[in-house]
Amino acid sequence: MAGQVITITSGKGGVGKTTATANIGVALARRGQRVACVDADIGLRNLDVVMGLENRIVYDLVDVVEGNAKLRQALIKDKRLPELHLLPAAQTRLKSAVNEAQMQEVCGELKKEFDFVLVDSPAGIESGFKTSVAPADQVLLVVTPEVSSVRDADRVIGLIEAYEKPTPQLIINRLRPALIRRGDMLDTADVLEILAVELIGIVPEDERIISSTNKGQPVALEDHSESGAAFMRIAQRLMGEQVPFQMFAESPGWLERVSKFLRR
Amino acid sequence: MDVFERIFGRSSSSASVAKKRLQVILTQDRTDISLETLNVLKDEIVSAISRHIEIEAANVEVTISNDAEGYRLTANIPVVSTRTVRVRTAGARAPRRT
Repeated sequence: MAGQVITITSGKGGVGKTTATANIGVALARRGQRVACVDADIGLRNLDVVMGLENRIVYDLVDVVEGNAKLRQALIKDKRLPELHLLPAAQTRLKSAVNEAQMQEVCGELKKEFDFVLVDSPAGIESGFKTSVAPADQVLLVVTPEVSSVRDADRVIGLIEAYEKPTPQLIINRLRPALIRRGDMLDTADVLEILAVELIGIVPEDERIISSTNKGQPVALEDHSESGAAFMRIAQRLMGEQVPFQMFAESPGWLERVSKFLRR
Repeated sequence: MDVFERIFGRSSSSASVAKKRLQVILTQDRTDISLETLNVLKDEIVSAISRHIEIEAANVEVTISNDAEGYRLTANIPVVSTRTVRVRTAGARAPRRT
């Protein structure tokens, strides 16, 4: 059975797309899924560093598209998890080095061999965004509970609908329970009410993300962090499991408000 | 502060301010209807209705909003009198008197 292509995107940059891609990839691989992570952020490659695979790059996505390397040669196998692979982006090229048709072809090839192809999309809504969304069977939209991030996410939802792609599912990232309890951060129900899309995961702010990125070891590799556990739950949901949403902090009445969106 | 907000609800919290601001911003982002267009629309609605009933033209509000059911154009039009205004414009049907 062919796998599925899942593009991870956001409106605003810096909200945790690459971290989410790396960790969902790790989490899926830990559950025995064959995973290929594709860095579509050409010119600003980072997924390799977050995954700790930067020293193993020989060929990249652009080499594959231009016929300088076979897909198999460019794919890096993660030694920690035999099911996890990375197709890195080129660092010295422009976004235009890969077009939509080429991206679809590469992802189509990967789908034959992998259960999940995770595409880490560039930020913004320029050409690179459209290219990375083109092959998607499913789109995950990363948003932080902030005015600017939510606004940009709304714009991206509109664009993805205009491309006639499935409506994105939301990852609310960097949620800070203490701020929500104090009334200084939008909570899950607020964000869902404003954006009116389905939720696939809530990831709390976690300092461990910084040290894990420093070391190139995604938090989801181990079991002891809250953020890693949150990415693991997202992976389970992608695999079709019913996993209840953990609410980190909500204002009174959140249960009814959230369940209104989850029931659909 | 925490206790204060607990007693008086979240209405003054920065999160609820953020939510309200976002709702306004996104309504504008999602539609191509500018404030200018809304004003033109308002003037035309006022003149159309004023031909038939007497309204408080200065207090008419035309807004666009969206909720679960979709976009909604709302006109709030205070009526002065429900008595029909005599139409005297050219081309309008004049009451026949014999």
